[in-house]
Amino acid sequence: MKTAVVIFPGSNCDQDVIHAVRTTLGTEVAEVWHRENDLPSGTDLVILPGGFSYGDYLRSGAMAARSPVMKSVARHGGKGGLILGICNGFQVLTEARLLPGVLLPNRTLSFICRPCFLRVENTATPFTNRFPKGQVVQFPIAHGDGLYSLPEDELKALEDRGGVVFRYASPEGIADDNGNPNGSLNNIAGIISPEGNILGLMPHPERASEALLGGEDGCLFWQSILSFLEKGGR
Amino acid sequence: MEENIVLRGETIMVHHVHVFIQLKDGVLDIQGKAVAHSLLSLGHSSLQSVKVGKYIQLWIESETAASAKEQASAMCDDLLVNGIIEQFRIEVEGE
Repeated sequence: MKTAVVIFPGSNCDQDVIHAVRTTLGTEVAEVWHRENDLPSGTDLVILPGGFSYGDYLRSGAMAARSPVMKSVARHGGKGGLILGICNGFQVLTEARLLPGVLLPNRTLSFICRPCFLRVENTATPFTNRFPKGQVVQFPIAHGDGLYSLPEDELKALEDRGGVVFRYASPEGIADDNGNPNGSLNNIAGIISPEGNILGLMPHPERASEALLGGEDGCLFWQSILSFLEKGGR
Repeated sequence: MEENIVLRGETIMVHHVHVFIQLKDGVLDIQGKAVAHSLLSLGHSSLQSVKVGKYIQLWIESETAASAKEQASAMCDDLLVNGIIEQFRIEVEGE
């Protein structure tokens, strides 16, 4: 399994995610600067990490979505390759139209940085196949623009196709407004593309992949990807 | 106003273009709500509503104002505006 982590000016979770993949899976990880035109050959998984690419100028993720490397990232996704966007990476994926919807400022207008409970809604994905359905996991969030929104008809279509992979919930798994930190529609924390190979989520699995750092729930996330690829997934 | 600039011996025309970007109706304008709340708490009790948007100025080389507007519109589609949530209006000076 070969992972490429794309680094934009202002990315700040790139080293965290590289560390998490290396320590959890022990597999190869390459760093790719955003001005590169090509991904390393044989890349299985592209990760767009969290951070504040381009200082969130214009709109979060908007400038990064137009970086030279994003053409290769889109081609990788078009061929069925795995793409994962975490936090700012999720914002970049929506701005690049690789995932539907937008991420608006949190309803509190404040930056929220704290542990968060999520319910795993769809386990038939390359990123979640090792989780039991409905499992509640704890990943931290750290974002100012995390309110996931999209027009009502598209929201319904997303829900109907099982596109919601993670939902904010209570520790008991109840996904109501009390468990919703940022006002996301339907408590949506993470979604997947219709083809099932591009995932974006606001919470940080890479910050929940080591007991020493407060939790290991993220380990199953990385192991799901490895297991998918080992079974011949692309 | 458009402006004639002499560059490397050639005269080029540069148009000053104003782009106004607003959230589409129905999209939650949290900033607008917060600003309204603040203004009301300052005693501006006649305030009914606030919308917060963006204003971007562009200077575009183009022979005509119409073509400058067309280019600005393409820039909005390519980067400046997220059509899912935002709408825009373009004004070219001297048009």
